[in-house]
This record gives sequence, C-alpha cells and structure tokens, in this order.
Amino acid sequence: MKSRRQFIKISSLSAAGLVFGGGLLETFADNLLKTNQSYFKGPYDFSRTPTYCEVCFWKCAGWVHKDENGRIKKIIGNDDDPNCNGRFCPRGTGGVGMYTDEDRLKTPLLRIEKNGEQTYREASWDEAFDFIASKMNQIKQEHGAECTALFTHGSGGKYFGKLLKGFGSNNIAAPSYAQCRGPREVAFLATFGQGINSPENTDIRDTKCLVLIGSHLGENMHNGQVQEMSDAIDKGTTIITVDPRFSTVAGKSKHWLPIKPSTDIALLLSWMNVIINEDLFDKKYVEKYTFGFDQLKAYVQPFTPEWAYGITTIKPQQIRETAREMANAAPATIVHPGRHVTWYGDDTQRLRAVAILNALLGSWGRRGGFYKPEKAFVPHFHLPDFPKPNKNWRDAMSGKYKLADLALASGVCDASIPSPEMSCAIKGWIVNGTNLINTLPDQKKTIAAIQALDLLVVVDTMPMEITGYADVVLPECTYLERYDSLRISQGREPSIALRMPAVDPLYNTKPAFWMARELAKKLDLLQYFPFETIEEEIDWELKQVGSSLEEMQRIGVKRLEREVDDLYFGEDEDVEFNTNTGKIELYSTALEEEGFDPMPVFTQHPEPSEGFYRLIYGRAPMHTFSRTANNPNLTDLMDENSVWVNPKVAKEWDLTNDQYVYLENQDGVISDFKIKVRITERIRWDSVYMVHGFGHTDKRMKRAFGKGISDTQLITNVMIDPVMGGTGMRGNFVTFRFDNKKTEV
Amino acid sequence: MRYAMAIDTKKCVGCSDCVVACQTENDVPIGYCRDWVVEITNGTYPQLETELRSERCNHCENSPCVRCCPTGASHYSEGGIVMVTKNECIGCSACITSCPYDARFVHPEGYVDKCTFCLHRVKKGMKPACVAVCPTKCMYFGDLDDPRSEVSEVLKKRKYKTLIPEAGTKPQLYFLI
Ligand code: SF4
Ligand code: SF4
Ligand code: SF4
Repeated sequence: MKSRRQFIKISSLSAAGLVFGGGLLETFADNLLKTNQSYFKGPYDFSRTPTYCEVCFWKCAGWVHKDENGRIKKIIGNDDDPNCNGRFCPRGTGGVGMYTDEDRLKTPLLRIEKNGEQTYREASWDEAFDFIASKMNQIKQEHGAECTALFTHGSGGKYFGKLLKGFGSNNIAAPSYAQCRGPREVAFLATFGQGINSPENTDIRDTKCLVLIGSHLGENMHNGQVQEMSDAIDKGTTIITVDPRFSTVAGKSKHWLPIKPSTDIALLLSWMNVIINEDLFDKKYVEKYTFGFDQLKAYVQPFTPEWAYGITTIKPQQIRETAREMANAAPATIVHPGRHVTWYGDDTQRLRAVAILNALLGSWGRRGGFYKPEKAFVPHFHLPDFPKPNKNWRDAMSGKYKLADLALASGVCDASIPSPEMSCAIKGWIVNGTNLINTLPDQKKTIAAIQALDLLVVVDTMPMEITGYADVVLPECTYLERYDSLRISQGREPSIALRMPAVDPLYNTKPAFWMARELAKKLDLLQYFPFETIEEEIDWELKQVGSSLEEMQRIGVKRLEREVDDLYFGEDEDVEFNTNTGKIELYSTALEEEGFDPMPVFTQHPEPSEGFYRLIYGRAPMHTFSRTANNPNLTDLMDENSVWVNPKVAKEWDLTNDQYVYLENQDGVISDFKIKVRITERIRWDSVYMVHGFGHTDKRMKRAFGKGISDTQLITNVMIDPVMGGTGMRGNFVTFRFDNKKTEV
Repeated sequence: MRYAMAIDTKKCVGCSDCVVACQTENDVPIGYCRDWVVEITNGTYPQLETELRSERCNHCENSPCVRCCPTGASHYSEGGIVMVTKNECIGCSACITSCPYDARFVHPEGYVDKCTFCLHRVKKGMKPACVAVCPTKCMYFGDLDDPRSEVSEVLKKRKYKTLIPEAGTKPQLYFLI
C-alpha cells in the first residue's frame, strides 16, 4: 500500500526538471555580492556586523567580516562575549558554509500529486501560508486547536511558539530535552531545587578536580567549557574521566576509568560509599544544607568498591584513589552532570547520583564547583493572554512523566499516533530547525506518527530528511541573513547579544519572524505580533534595559550588572533550596511522592550477545549533528563518520582499516549505507563507536548523501526513563555485515 | 628577530578550528589546507596515550625549500618567515619535494602555497589566525629574540620537541610535551 505521505526524494524531482526551474533561482554569485544597505541605518563601519552563532546552542557572539565586495570573509568571536571570549569553535568559524551551501532550500514548496506520483512544486509565500492557515483552521474545527504542535531547535522557535500559543496549543517541544539533557535537569531540580541549564553553571575555571562521566568535552565543543577546561589543564587540575572509550579528554586525564558501559551508577554508588565511610564528605555543608544523610549512609553500605569492581571492571584501588582525590580538592570539585545523558532509561537516577556526590563534596554553590548563574532580565512587550488549551500532549500520557519540566518531543510524537485511549491525537506539526527523522530515536515510530498527520510544515534552511515528509516546506534564511530575538544567556555575568543580518537573504528565503507574523495575519492572530518588524521589537526590548538597537549594532554584546553579588554561598549563609524540605535532598521526597526510588538504584542492563557490540555514539568537534552535515567548510574537515573497532574485534572479523562495512542491529535493521572501519585501541572490545549526524538519505544534500551511517537508524531499542520520559538510546547492539541484503527468515 | 610558534599538545583537542580559521583568513580553497591536525595514539587498551598537534610549515631556519627554488620565489622574509612570492613561482614543485614536512601544496591557481605565519596580520601586531582562534589557547606565537615574548616564556617553562630534527632544517615550530 502506498502511504498517504510518500517520502519525496528529489531524485524524482530533478528528473521532472520543472520543479526547481521556475526562474526563482537567481545566480548564486550575483546574490553573494548584494548587500542591502537598508538594513544598516547608522554611521558606522559595516564591514563588520554583530551576530551570535547558530551552529550550536552555545550561541557565541561574534563579528561577521566582509570584504570590499560585500562578501562574507570570516566570522570571528567577540572579545567581550563571556560565552566565547573572542574565540569561536571550528563550527562557528566555518559557519559561513551555512550561507554559501548551494544545496540550501530556496523557495517554498507544496506537496502535489502528479500522474499518481507525489512531488513538490514551487509555491509563492502567499500560497504556502494560505494552505497552512486553511489546514490549521480545519484541524481546529475538527479536532480542536490543541491538536497542533511545534518542534523546535532553533531561534525561530520563539515566533512559531507565539503563533501556536495564540492559536490555542501549548504542545511546544524541543528534542534537546527528552532526547538529551532532560534527565539532568530533573535530577538536579529534585536534589538542589534548581536545574543546570545552558551554558552550564560548572565553575571549571576555578576547579581543582573535574570528573567527566561519558562527557567528552573537547569533542563536544561547547565553547566556554572547553576553554575553561584548557585553562584548568594549565593550572594542573586533576581530571578524572569515566568512559569506555579513550576520548580526547581521557588522553588529558590523570585518571581514566575504562568502565564497562551501562554500569556508571554502580561506580557512583561506590564513590559515595568510600566518601561517606572514610569520612571524606563535607560535614558542615551536609549537616547545614542537606536532607536524608542518615538514610543515604545506611543505603550505600553494601556498595563497596569490591562490589562495584565486579560490575564496572574498575579496580577497587582505583575507585578509592579517585574518590580521595575528589574529596581532597573539594569543594573545588565538579562531578560534571554532562549534557547528552539519555542513555539507559535510568538516567534521572544516574544524574541524581551525580548530584548527590556533588552535595557530599559540598561543591554546589562553591568556588570551583557550581556557581550561582544569573540571567539578564529583559522585559517582553505585554501581549494579550493566550487562550487556554483544553488539553495537551500530557493527556495522552495517562499521568506518566509528571516530573518532566518541559514538553517531551518524543511524547508529542507519541501523542500523534492515533490510539483508542486518546480522545485527541495531534494532527498538525510545525517543525523548525530540527531533523526529527534523525533526532528522535525509533525512526519507524516517527514516520508512523507523521503518516497520521493532517498537516506537516517544515521550516528549515537545508533539505533535511524531515522535509521529504512535509506538506509544505518553508525555506528559512540562515542566521547570517537575519535578525533574531536577543540572546539572553545565563552565566557568571548576565549578558545579551544581538544577531543582525550581515548580508541579504539568498534566493527566496525568509526569516522566521516574518513567516510567523504573515501566518498570524492569515489566522487572525496579529494581536500577538504587535511589532511590524523584528527590529522594532528588539529596539523596544533593548530600551527597557538602557540600551538600544543602535548601540547593540555597534557593540554586539553587552554585559549587565548582576543583581545578586555573590557567585557562591557565603560562609555559613542560610540557603533555602527550592525542594519540598527546603534542603538539598540526598533522599528525594519528590521522587518518592511520585512512586520512584528516593535514592538511586543500580540495575543491570542487557549486554551484547556473541558477535554483537554496544553501539556508542558521540560528537566530533567540527560538526553539530545533521545541522552541519552538508556545510562545505566543515565537510572539508570531516565528510563521513567511521566506526571505531578494537583491534581484537577487527582480528576476529578480519577487518582492515578504511574498509567499508554495513552494520546490523539486534532487531535486524541494516544500515542504509556503508561505514569506514577505524581500528583503534581507543575503544573497548565490547563496544563500537561512531559520531552522530551522518548517513543522510536525502540526495538534495549532495555532500552529505550516503556519507557514513546514521546511528539513529540503528537505535530501535529505546529505554524510556519512567521519571521524565527521556529516551535512553545506548541499549542497542550491532554486528558487522559485508552486504546489505536482508536475510530471509 | 626570529618568529616561532609553540603548540601545547597537552591542551590541543584536535578540533581543527585552526584549519578552518586559516582557510577563511587566507582564502585557502576548500579541499586544501595550510595547517592540519595529527593524532598519534600509542599503547594497548587501557594503557594508552594520545598526542594531538596542529602542524604547518616549520619556517625552518635552514630550509631546503628556499635553497632549491630556481626562481627565488621561496625566500626568507621578516623574522625568518619563509614566504613564496606568487607571481615569481613557476609551480615546478621542487620545493614540495624538498620539504620533509609536506607543508606545501600547489594552489589550484598554479603557484605553490603554504603557511605564512599570517605575516599580513603579524605586521599589524596581530597574532596568526590559528593562534587567535584556538579555543584551547594552546598556541603561542612571537619573537624568540625577545626573551619576554609569549613563545620565549613558554619555552623556558616547558619541555618541548621539534619534528624530524634529524633533517637538519632547524624547524621553528615547537611542540610542548
Ligand atoms: S560553540 Fe561553536 S558552534 Fe556553538 S555557538 Fe559557539 S562558535 Fe557556534
Ligand atoms: S584550534 Fe587549537 S585545539 Fe583545535 S586543533 Fe587547532 S591547535 Fe588544537
Ligand atoms: S617546513 Fe617545509 S616548507 Fe616550511 S620552511 Fe621547512 S622545508 Fe620549507
């Protein structure tokens, strides 16, 4: 049976010839040369315009420099920016490739049926908006406005979010929560009454001992943290890295603990055991600030280093030694909460163990541990109240995941699959800047949800896989061609940063603000968009904090005064924590109330069977997932991923370096493409490793198509975190295949 | 004056920012590079060591590339920086063969290209683009004849090595170990 929503590959489009030929594409070189002076009202030098980087979510502020022809020459960090201190990471430096990429989406597209085949045709913006508005109104009539949802991972999300809330839905989800950092936020909220957020409030600059558990700073290029870690290396900070892979930072660590994957909670519990039983914890801090120490002490008694050795393969001596090093440096010790933490489905509990360890060491609120971040307060223009939705995605979850403090992208996806229990399934999605096909685990399920939709609008700069499923594709201009809302970052010092266009949008692309507002006109929601242009809105906001658009165009970044003086707790300061008990909860009453373990429990996870290896994935410093997969500057640095294989395993399989293989997972899913073998001692014999974000199946991305393989395709076993709905993705096992033919069963 | 660069292998994370920054600063076409990153891992699991380092032309004091250039296009400039004058280069590639570090390449426009220590920036008192961008601040640049320059200071404090010293080219890239 042909599905209603056939994935449209552009191979069929280019064969049709007519689709991209409508004269909408001006020649690229011509476009590069144009810069619209109307953007620039002011007496200053426009060979340099401020921006903040959109290549990842660290949002470093910088300057776009242009040559005498108005071409973008380079992008350089802004020296005043606390997020980057004048130094961009490779992705930000190569960000110009987001703009020059000739495979960008160029004009709005509408799905049509032609001779029984589905295809896209170019559409005008007006047509596209009319289509979307009529579909949205139809969904509202038939199912209710709350049956629409927004998935976003980009700056434009703010405006589509306003549109959706005005329309009557609050199903607004970012995959960065349930697929990434959610468990850490919930765990720290449960323990300290406060999450970690972004940029992390880790005081790496002044730490004496940094403990990284599966977190690969340096490959994970979150700029400020990498910079501070490097300073810490200069100062002789002890780094302890726990990772089954000899990561870059493991190579810079005093102690590398090559742990057996999935056993981290056992190690954490045994560290607590040593720190408590050897009296190494911060007694004053624990007594003054924490709740549940006696329960914790009794609870961790069985978890000796000898017990943990059998589970983790880490020697008891090494467990003791590292626990003592942490305690020696305390409170200037950071047991780092990591960022992508959705691994095994018990992730909130693992992060709880991390939080508890930090509490025992007294590092929360102390120099060299975790500082008190502050975020700039910038008032927003007062809007009329949003209508109150009758329902949201949570209603489809029958009371589960109550502790999730943000919407779950996977939950919204689940709520879109029709089922008898659900009175209202979600019928319309707007997807902005996130390639859900590669972001959500279990591709089959994502596609099933998409097939049941009445409307799928994709707003993106690139023809990512998700665009092939859309009814309407709206081409967004890149961050170098638009204004966006102010960057309001948390940090030691609150700061704001401006993004303004360095050049005119290429092709027929538009910024999200404009798209959302035009749609608002069609939907009669203009009251939520009182400013006609984004410049006016930003200028109004800036004036509330004593600045202006004009000033920010000149300086790019402004640091604001802190409202609270201290970065750390004062000596003997009384602190009220935002938990049930008002204390740091070693024993979590909030988890207990919801029927979960109040203290972290170690559970054994399945292990690979004979001939299979655990699939571990991670990041490379020159890429941000799919986002950069086709960027000409960055693919020049790395254009495919490889699978890391231990030499012992390579020998068993007779693999050679640079050979290409297919991978097949435990559920019989075979990778679409081949991947290059990298034989290296840097990976354990029971695991293989690859960088996430490759193996693209959309031919429109010429540099990315068929390069390497997609780990997401092989992640079909998803372990859901019962506490907050995080999607654990490290429970998948793969084996090597030399062809991709399905074996007959 | 003797310009030199020191690169801290203990801090370099191999991110290749130095490579992209050089490409955009110097209009190096995509597919080519004047600097690059090397990873060397020794040992067997779990007794391992990795060294990461960013490499480029060593601006050798005794450079075979300058000696063998038939047109004089390759020459020493300020502070010993080895330069190629584009319009004097005939693209014969003699220098490419003579360089033990594989630091040179033929630019698609027909001349030989390589790292210039960003002389155009250095003249303005700026650091080379790679040094200025490196997020780990693992590169130091300056005048070895000035005992207080960043590079002199760091070489006094730290152990270092040069690459292929036996080639006798007197390389001016120092790797802190
Ligand atoms: S860390 Fe890199 S990619 Fe992320 S915002 Fe900063 S410069 Fe851009
Ligand atoms: S930019 Fe710095 S850290 Fe990155 S590879 Fe180059 S030298 Fe190493
Ligand atoms: S590294 Fe090679 S190109 Fe550079 S100066 Fe030495 S010999 Fe010449």
